[in-house]
Amino acid sequence: MAESENILQIMTKEESSDLLYKMILIRQFEEASERLYQRGLIRGFLHTYIGEEAIAVGSIPNLRSDDYVIGHYRDHGHALTRGIDPKIAMAELCGKATGCSGGKGGSMHLFDVEKHFMGGHAIVGGQFPLAVGMALGIKMKKESDSVVMCFFGDGAVQEGEFHEAMNLASLWKLPIVFMLENNLYGMGTTVSRANAGGETIYESATSYHIPAVHIDGMDLLQVRETTKEGIEKVRQGEGPVFIESMAYRYHGHSMADPTNYRSDSEVQEYLAKDPIEKFKTVCLESNLLTPSDIISIDDDVKNVIENAIDFAIESDVPSPESLYTNIYADPQV
Amino acid sequence: MTVMILRDAIAKALREALDTDDRTFLMGEDIGKYGGPYAVTKGFYDEYGEERIKDTPISESVFVGAGTGAAMVGLRPIVEIMTINFSLVAMDQIVNHAAKLSYMSNGQISVPLIIRTVTGGGGQLGATHSQSFENWYASIPGLRVVVPTTPYDALGLFRTARKDNNPVIFAEHSLLYRVKGEVPDEYYEIPFGQARIAKTGEDVTLIAYSGMVRVAEQAAKILAEKNISAEVIDLRTLSPLDMETLVESVKKTNRAVVVEETWKTGGFSGTIASNIQEAAFDYLDGPVIRVNGPDVSAPYAKNIETEMIPSANWIVEAVTYNFGL
Repeated sequence: MAESENILQIMTKEESSDLLYKMILIRQFEEASERLYQRGLIRGFLHTYIGEEAIAVGSIPNLRSDDYVIGHYRDHGHALTRGIDPKIAMAELCGKATGCSGGKGGSMHLFDVEKHFMGGHAIVGGQFPLAVGMALGIKMKKESDSVVMCFFGDGAVQEGEFHEAMNLASLWKLPIVFMLENNLYGMGTTVSRANAGGETIYESATSYHIPAVHIDGMDLLQVRETTKEGIEKVRQGEGPVFIESMAYRYHGHSMADPTNYRSDSEVQEYLAKDPIEKFKTVCLESNLLTPSDIISIDDDVKNVIENAIDFAIESDVPSPESLYTNIYADPQV
Repeated sequence: MTVMILRDAIAKALREALDTDDRTFLMGEDIGKYGGPYAVTKGFYDEYGEERIKDTPISESVFVGAGTGAAMVGLRPIVEIMTINFSLVAMDQIVNHAAKLSYMSNGQISVPLIIRTVTGGGGQLGATHSQSFENWYASIPGLRVVVPTTPYDALGLFRTARKDNNPVIFAEHSLLYRVKGEVPDEYYEIPFGQARIAKTGEDVTLIAYSGMVRVAEQAAKILAEKNISAEVIDLRTLSPLDMETLVESVKKTNRAVVVEETWKTGGFSGTIASNIQEAAFDYLDGPVIRVNGPDVSAPYAKNIETEMIPSANWIVEAVTYNFGL
């Protein structure tokens, strides 16, 4: 019960309740989005984050509002954790004008610049150079010690942009927390069939002289403590850090994926390590939360998700004119 | 008025940008200590320091994307890709990211990024170093494409590029760096989407951009000796494209030849020819003729390289043969 004792020293009831809420919010949001997809209300590609919730929730709440988050197309969890209203996120998935990208981005391209959530990028590895540039911009502005948190999957590591970005971020000591979500599969290809270094990847970062660690991404507390430390290090101007969080996506790569490349027993093995159940257990065992606290969190989330679905369904589709807006930004400075 | 070469006009534009806007910095391969691969930024490193004149590793994808990223957080970077051939390595960042962020984010993000690069062939640099891809970028919504041919235009267009909140591909033809011209001492700008009538004429409109403008001008001189009066139009920007000036000219001359250095298949001349025919079919005395480089990769040997770049004679022949002039 070391973890249960430990948690009392590092977390208040409110914090634990908030973190559990955020994980359950993602879980239920994703389950709802899958239902809407099956009903044909969401189309295109839909990549859910179920099983990986502890990574976003363990890391993003440790950032300040002036820090930046950027990531990949499996972006719902990051967006919600950064504070995008589930209503406008769901509306975006449903292609509605009220969505956080006006219905023009879709599931893979969520944006909320006010919240410093800089996308949702759907070309694998494409977010690396952008993250480098954002960090460079922060560093050049001097008045700020903001950091950039950049999420990516194991499949992005074999892209050239990863290696170019690792090199430049390290060379220029840029304030980036590289958050690798290693869910063991790049679409249907296991990491060990794609990565020369085998199943873990963090060693690649050390070859660029970036401090790198490897943690259990299904353990919220581990992610939280590790990223807190990483963010602090980056904020002090020591250059980037690299955190590899091992996790598992319970469902297919996207809704189009029959997942015939992995065994049921493997899936069962990871279901047993569920990050939400694990955190609940720690909270209960430490008496940080009571069973009724958890039930009420669950109910709160259900309400929020129901409202989000209603809002998304009732919202208007984008106007015909919006097809032609924002192709170019207003030209004047 | 000051007489200067195009290279110096661009250097002047860059200095202005650095002097007047502390959000601006330069980034690219060997633009600093080395002095710039085409010497445009010679002396900048000492003047402005390494913070604002950033030498990068040979990593086009990351430094172009970093330009976009820096623009996303409020800076106004100017990135140099040594030649447009190398821009293909950064194509994902230019086309999938810089060009699309404003649209995909529903206007939440703008990308005020200038990508300077060197274009064109004719330097015996072989197949991989002699290409012109401005036409490709001109087909991408979200990008602006600027192709200056005179010092005056280069400075005026660059000033407009600096004010634009969109990614701008600013393509400088390597053979035009030493072109001389007058540049006013007082401030001026040249808006995007306004073609320049380089020479007025009555019988045929020669439409060209970048390195082909002076070739068209040479052709006009030869045609004049044959009593054929050619109007020469320099597009100045491919995106936005000034169709209005082209159509007005064609309505007057009733004949058009579009001249372009790059390959005919997929060339921008096809878009222009098609647009003219849609807009001014009833005014045309014949088909719009396209004079492009043939669909071959650039060879090294001078005698055959010359045969792949449109010359004044090709244009003259196209005019006299097709229009019976």
